[in-house]
Amino acid sequence: MSSSSSKSVFWRGVRDGMPFTLVIAPFAVLFGVVATEAGLNVFEVLSFSVVVIAGAAQFTALQLMQENAPTVVVLASALAVNLRLAMYSASLVPYLGKAPLWQRALVAYLTVDQSYATAMIKYENEPEMPLNEKVRYFIGCVIPVVTVWYITSMIGALVGTALPDGLAIDFAVPITFLALTAPMLRTLAHVAAALVAVATALVFAFLPYNLGLIVAGIAGMMTGAQVELWMTRRAAP
Amino acid sequence: MIDNYNIWLIIIVMGLGSFGLRFVFLGLVGDRPLPDWVIRHLRYTAVAILPALVAPLVVWPDATSGHLDPARMAAAIATLGVGLWSRNVLAAIAAGVVVLYAGLWLTV
Repeated sequence: MSSSSSKSVFWRGVRDGMPFTLVIAPFAVLFGVVATEAGLNVFEVLSFSVVVIAGAAQFTALQLMQENAPTVVVLASALAVNLRLAMYSASLVPYLGKAPLWQRALVAYLTVDQSYATAMIKYENEPEMPLNEKVRYFIGCVIPVVTVWYITSMIGALVGTALPDGLAIDFAVPITFLALTAPMLRTLAHVAAALVAVATALVFAFLPYNLGLIVAGIAGMMTGAQVELWMTRRAAP
Repeated sequence: MIDNYNIWLIIIVMGLGSFGLRFVFLGLVGDRPLPDWVIRHLRYTAVAILPALVAPLVVWPDATSGHLDPARMAAAIATLGVGLWSRNVLAAIAAGVVVLYAGLWLTV
């Protein structure tokens, strides 16, 4: 009985992750096209997408290679873009920390923005969900996104010609991330965290290696935590 | 351009580094309880990082050489607005895409 409900939780994850393929696909095609234009072959493009699975970091690396930046700078910048993944990793601990090591390693490899955010919304709304279902739900959310990411980046590499600029594919990511953020803005603390993070990101956008993002993330998290404390104190008699 | 690089070195180091970042807390902290103040901060990770990542892309899009673009700005506002109102991720994405293309079409 529990196995049938676990199975349905997995499929619920797949269903909830499915819509993101619509925005992931054009983004991945674009990566394949740009990487091919920069001189990577199809196998290298596919390997890149399978080994790294992080669009923003992959684009950053390509961009810097085209600017002839030193290898160390390429790696440092691309990994700095991915520092947020360490924060995601930390925020998953309260929910998935008790899972077996191999499951935690699998979840870690598969941590991508869209499915992470979808799973977090689920975990916050259904805190009583059993651990094994939380893991299955996470994997379910990721499967469509990651599969489409692999396949369509390879299609982009095979197509290999420039896409028309009019498609505005650059904006696929902002729209997705904003759509994911909106339902999470449930309390004053969440709203304050988001507003401070946005303001800080804009002020510190000049920092190299995308460090502005990390500064903004920390500022937003501190704001959320402080506002939460303040609200709890105010609610107490 | 890419010929100047050992592309496999870059792919492998980026892969290991990205996995390390994803694994560092979930893998190494595991089931040891985290202090309350840490959990209180972690609750706001997604809600801080995702909009912070997006903000510069909305205000200074590369596609318009860093100039504010009315179509992209309107699409961002529509996505956020519909997302807040409907609490539905897919509806928010649809609203953003429709407004983006309508805006691009109007401003051509």
